[in-house]
Amino acid sequence: MNKVSMTVNGKAVSGEVEGRTLLSSFLRDDINLTGTHVGCDTSQCGACVVHVDGEAVKSCTMLAAEADGAEVKTIEGMANADGSLSVIQQAFQDHHGLQCGFCTPGMVMSAAALLKENPQPSEQEVRTYLEGNICRCTGYHNIVKAIMAASGQDVSVIAAE
Amino acid sequence: MPKDNGIGASSKRREDVRFLTGAGRYTDDINIHGQAYAHFVRSDVAHGTINGIDASAAEAMPGVLKVFTATDFEGVGGIPCGWQVTDRHGEPMQEPKHPVLAEGKVRHVGDPIAVVVAESLGQARDAAEALEIDISELPAVMDMKDALTEGAAKVHDDLTSNLCYDWGFVEENREAVDDAINGAHHVTTLELRNNRLVANPMEPRVAVGDYSAADDEHTLYTTSQNPHVIRLLMGAFVLGIPEHKLRVVAPDVGGGFGAKIYHYAEEAFCTFAAKALRRPVKWTSSRSEAFMSDAHGRDHVTKIELAMDEQGKFLAIRTDTHANMGAYLSTFAPSIPTWLHGTLMAGNYTTPLIYVNVKAVFTNTVPVDAYRGAGRPEATFQLERVVDKAAREMGIDPIELRRRNFITEFPYATPVAVEYDTGDYNATMDKLLEISDHSGFEVRAAESKANGKLRGFGIAHYIEACGIAPSNLVGQLGARAGLYESATVRVNATGSISVFTGSHSHGQGHETTFAQVVAEMIGIDEGQVDIVHGDTSKTPMGMGTYGSRSLAVGGSAMVRATEKIINKARKIAAHLMEAAEADIELKDGQFTVAGTDKSVAWGDVTLAAYVPHNYPLEDIEPGLEETAFYDPANFTYPSGAYGCEVEVDPETGKVKVLGFAAADDFGNVVNPMIVEGQVQGGLAQGIGQALLENCAYDQDGQLISASYMDYAMPRADDLPMFTVDHSCVTPCTHNPLGVKGCGEAGAIGSPPALVNAVIDALQRGGHDVKHIDMPLSPDRVWTAMNG
Repeated sequence: MNKVSMTVNGKAVSGEVEGRTLLSSFLRDDINLTGTHVGCDTSQCGACVVHVDGEAVKSCTMLAAEADGAEVKTIEGMANADGSLSVIQQAFQDHHGLQCGFCTPGMVMSAAALLKENPQPSEQEVRTYLEGNICRCTGYHNIVKAIMAASGQDVSVIAAE
Repeated sequence: MPKDNGIGASSKRREDVRFLTGAGRYTDDINIHGQAYAHFVRSDVAHGTINGIDASAAEAMPGVLKVFTATDFEGVGGIPCGWQVTDRHGEPMQEPKHPVLAEGKVRHVGDPIAVVVAESLGQARDAAEALEIDISELPAVMDMKDALTEGAAKVHDDLTSNLCYDWGFVEENREAVDDAINGAHHVTTLELRNNRLVANPMEPRVAVGDYSAADDEHTLYTTSQNPHVIRLLMGAFVLGIPEHKLRVVAPDVGGGFGAKIYHYAEEAFCTFAAKALRRPVKWTSSRSEAFMSDAHGRDHVTKIELAMDEQGKFLAIRTDTHANMGAYLSTFAPSIPTWLHGTLMAGNYTTPLIYVNVKAVFTNTVPVDAYRGAGRPEATFQLERVVDKAAREMGIDPIELRRRNFITEFPYATPVAVEYDTGDYNATMDKLLEISDHSGFEVRAAESKANGKLRGFGIAHYIEACGIAPSNLVGQLGARAGLYESATVRVNATGSISVFTGSHSHGQGHETTFAQVVAEMIGIDEGQVDIVHGDTSKTPMGMGTYGSRSLAVGGSAMVRATEKIINKARKIAAHLMEAAEADIELKDGQFTVAGTDKSVAWGDVTLAAYVPHNYPLEDIEPGLEETAFYDPANFTYPSGAYGCEVEVDPETGKVKVLGFAAADDFGNVVNPMIVEGQVQGGLAQGIGQALLENCAYDQDGQLISASYMDYAMPRADDLPMFTVDHSCVTPCTHNPLGVKGCGEAGAIGSPPALVNAVIDALQRGGHDVKHIDMPLSPDRVWTAMNG
């Protein structure tokens, strides 16, 4: 067992983990942040995306030990300080960018990473960026709209509400 | 102005806040103190005899509590099938036993053989490596037609053959259909395969079993679309647990699409093992396990013949389908290729004579059951493909050919036993042509041609039957369940309302839509209404969510229960205002006396019901809580016209979907935003089937598409923005809301529209390609073009 310590959503956390423990397992099982979801076992679906030191990472692809000392942000840390939904989260609700909600944490984390890197992405840029996030419910239409709306773009022109 | 509250408003979904903040509670988020972990050891061969299992080394591994095999389940029932089909000759289908863990033989890759339960999941997996299982491999039964030949290997040794049933519908029409086809001016024939799919809800299945010795109560937390159905099937048929000692909870469910309807072995195992070990037992499916243990969908091979007169009027349809059941009968499997498929073969057309033959076949593959649409996509695909082919052969425009044969008078009794109540197929067709800018297609096609690409436009017009009912009819058809829905409306003293529904949401937003309905009826804010579902200890017996039934059936139960509430509240209001009950009106949450300025608020009436000081106790009981069970008189019949525009790259065969438009008639719509989302998601799944997805086995029965590396899920960059419209409204005549189902339409209408579009593109490009089987991969398209 190895001791790992990291900062998750601004709070210092630590735990004893096996060498094989994935960051996704550490978040879900050791520190009970179950908002990060695991939807596959081949690092394809993206439901487990979190930010590690500011970069979007599939947390099922990283060992907990590798995140020792890192700053980790999960979906639980995405709301505004007063608890209200952040701009991206609010856009997902406003534009019905989620249905069952299972892929949603990963989608929101990926969207945040995209907008940091590209503040005004085109529709095609959003679609290309989301290549590593699978949603089975929405057909992506409203996810793309939500992300573009969160970036401040007028989405009424790309599709009817 | 659009409404901002109640029926017709695009109310934002209240469930979104928890999903967007990581506060959703899915089954895998549940951990019970002291829980142990189950790891299923599954067959890696398609068919084989189990000679022996030696668990001694595995049981000696660290942390292992027990290794379970079939011997632990002697005296326990098999996983039951919920629908018995009667064959053409009046005989019941062949129904093999489906053991919780494999007995004597394994019958598909993924068939569970043993389960290791240990203190940690890692220990259970490690110990599974030490399990010694001796299996002699047998020839795999894979091809459905081969499986029915004399001397073929048998999936089940105790059955007479691999044929589950040979079903004819309508059997009395058989000869008349043959005569009509033999004597017709023209017959168009098409042979096709409806590809096998995997539902792939993003949340894999999970089961957590718990047992309380203190009161002999079992609890199962599970990823289910219908917890009461699981309680009934598992309690009564598998484990022999009386329902009052068994609680089934399905919390937030991360998508289902059919795959979470069925009762699965893992649920029974975790419930059983929790009592045997006196420990909570948890199983979480990996995605790889999901591919080989979740019920698959579709997998039909069909020949369809359409007979026409000189004007293209449809005279008769004859189909011959082989439907794959897989190795065992999943819960509703036998009903899919029969009652949910044969009854839809009239489509939107006035074809007077129809005969459907379906041979359901056992093979050494994962069981096949309903997947979004369930039988109706299979019917629609063959029909809308053959109509398109017929149009080409007859030299009639495909839109015109459809219009010539549309049903235009309602109600309309089809020759396949159903009666459509309402619809206006010309209206939806017109709307589609408008929203897809069909008139501008030729200009766009010329642009594509100039760029060396082939552009095509394809249409499909679908009919769907949702909310299968009534119960007495489905009982005659072989269902071993009722298909009503329930609701309890509990009004609290201060006027807020808790609604307990037997429907369950796995992404459809019921908490929002249902609240809109109840709030509208009373005239209070939606925020005053809470929806409770997914727990057999809280809700009345209900049948759950599938088949696009929840608003039409579950919502109607809520309407009935709310009507009872309002009737009682009116009596209370009449008493409070010393007026005649007949004069009491309810509007915007206020009871008034007609023709006076007297009024009492909703909250005053509800308070009086629970603090009945000034109350007609001699006439009515205190309290304000009512339950209704609603059993519909008929299905609902949504319909719509779908149009797909594609561009094919002749160099590579790659198909790009440029646009997809859907003009649906869902009757009245409660929440337009949610309805549009349902259509968009269905379109993505239908486009996925037509273009990308394929569950593939090799000839030895190895599943060769068992991960997202090999099974092509639609991704954001595979799809266009969609154009959806539901402004054509012919309300359903037999439910109080006038609503029709909308959950599956997108997946039903889109595959034929897309394939029709690709064939159109190729034909326009001078390639005489008549059909390509789905998925239309670049390889298949290029090969078809270059023959």
